[in-house]
Amino acid sequence: MSATSATAAPAPATAPPPTAPRSGSARPRAAAASLMRSAPLAAVASVLAVGSAWEAYKLLGPADGLMVGQTRLLPRTSDLAMPHTWDMAARLFEPVSGGAGAPPLWSAVLRAGAASLGVAAVGWLLGLVVGMLLALAMQRVRIVESAVLPLVVLSQTVPLVALAPLVRSWGARLEVGPVQWAPWMSVAVIASYLAFFPVAVGMLRGLQSPTTIHADLMRAYGAGWWPTLLRLRLPASVPYLLPALRLAAANAVVGAVVAEVATGLPGGLGRMIVEFAAFSASDPAKPWAPIFGAVALGLAAAGLVALLGTSLRRFRRLEAAR
Amino acid sequence: MTAAVSVDGVSRVYGTGRAQVVALDDVSLTVEAGQFVSLIGPSGCGKSTLLRLIADLDEPTVGTVRVFGRPAREARLAHEYGIAFQQAGLLPWRTVRANVELPLALAGMGRAGRRERASHLLALVGLADFAEHFPDQLSGGMQQRVAIARALAEEPSLLLMDEPFGALDEMTREHLQTQLLRICAETRAAVVFVTHSIPEAVFLSDRVVVMSPRPGRIREVVPVTLDRAGAADDLDELRTDATFFDEIAAVRAALLDGVSVAQAEGLG
Repeated sequence: MSATSATAAPAPATAPPPTAPRSGSARPRAAAASLMRSAPLAAVASVLAVGSAWEAYKLLGPADGLMVGQTRLLPRTSDLAMPHTWDMAARLFEPVSGGAGAPPLWSAVLRAGAASLGVAAVGWLLGLVVGMLLALAMQRVRIVESAVLPLVVLSQTVPLVALAPLVRSWGARLEVGPVQWAPWMSVAVIASYLAFFPVAVGMLRGLQSPTTIHADLMRAYGAGWWPTLLRLRLPASVPYLLPALRLAAANAVVGAVVAEVATGLPGGLGRMIVEFAAFSASDPAKPWAPIFGAVALGLAAAGLVALLGTSLRRFRRLEAAR
Repeated sequence: MTAAVSVDGVSRVYGTGRAQVVALDDVSLTVEAGQFVSLIGPSGCGKSTLLRLIADLDEPTVGTVRVFGRPAREARLAHEYGIAFQQAGLLPWRTVRANVELPLALAGMGRAGRRERASHLLALVGLADFAEHFPDQLSGGMQQRVAIARALAEEPSLLLMDEPFGALDEMTREHLQTQLLRICAETRAAVVFVTHSIPEAVFLSDRVVVMSPRPGRIREVVPVTLDRAGAADDLDELRTDATFFDEIAAVRAALLDGVSVAQAEGLG
């Protein structure tokens, strides 16, 4: 049975427990197949819709935007503030700068995006490990749950920009044997700080999701905590973990890009966004390129997690049948 | 010969102080090896609690529970019994075969042995063709048959069943009852069977234990004398046997007697 329907419609990390509607395999399979055909169409349509809305506002909106007192409620529609969509697209295929042999803008964005994605992926993995360990500890010992869960929630209220310089200065003093702390590691740590949260919360719910009957059964078989974890709790947590992993991937990307800005790490999209902002007057389409890059990055990260989801679809049968 | 189950002076009390609930009060019961015993009574009479105590899924406040002469906890850890609940409780990510193999895998049996045993059990419950299906592809009755096959996986000498047919329609229910009797005759396992249904209890059991609520007590033990050996060719014929109706009347009388006594106690 295909899990496409589930991957195309992201559920929040705190998805309701997958109840067990028993249904034949024919209906969900047919629905998934039709969705697979229409999903790319829908994606193209929605991109076109956003582009059209942009152009429509640019055409019809007030040229000076809308000011209420000192606050601008609606943006200006000039070419400086809102370049035409086709200008922004065309700019991607022109050289980055006037220098001889400068690569086209899209390839520079792609390279920066790849660098950011790499750092974000390390942050995601780190967040995954930390989040899972926290969830396991909270599931294992009730008192840990009451003690740690509020801290986990609290941790997300610390603003990233406040955290970034701290992590960088702590990291700079670290040196383990021959391994020197590299600046990108600070960025990865900050990305993981955002990524671990949905994993810890989603995984905990997943580990606690087995019904009393399943828990009783494992007890009746004389299975201890570890066999129960492997055979029951981990498989049962997959439907909760996957949406959490997708959230974590998006968070890791945002965290990496923002942390690149905050720590001043060169080479990635974050730094590129800051650098290109200087061209907003002379080359207004240029600053938009790394922003598109960041969007593509988020989509790529979510896509990779979706791939992971299809490989685990055996554990999501009830979800797919829903 | 050691009794399959011996429950001796067992009470189970939940909560403390005013919120205290006496689920079971001084209950004693012996189930001989190979005997089929049903626990019947209104909701809250503690029949499920008694079953959970035998399974060591819960512990008595007072008294002892022994299974084949051993404390219930030891018996559980030694995989002395198989168990089935009202819901099949199959793991949705495992095939039917893998579900039946689960207790065997947890007991450390090798792959080939597990496979052979699971095939045998699935044939026994008539699901050999569905071994590679997933639970959500089966009907409720079929799922419950898988659960019974799983309960039988380790060839236990004791089966504990908590309303295993409670959620099924009447036709499926009668069919599974007949199958269960056939399986028990083959495996010679003792069974403790919790049910709400008087005909079900009578049809299946050697003894019907009638319980009363608040506090949970054994009111009466009704012996059933259906000639199952004589009707081995067609067990369903017993359902129209005159003895069957007599026994149903006897169990019903024991249950209703409980109600009138409870009312009398209320007036007193």
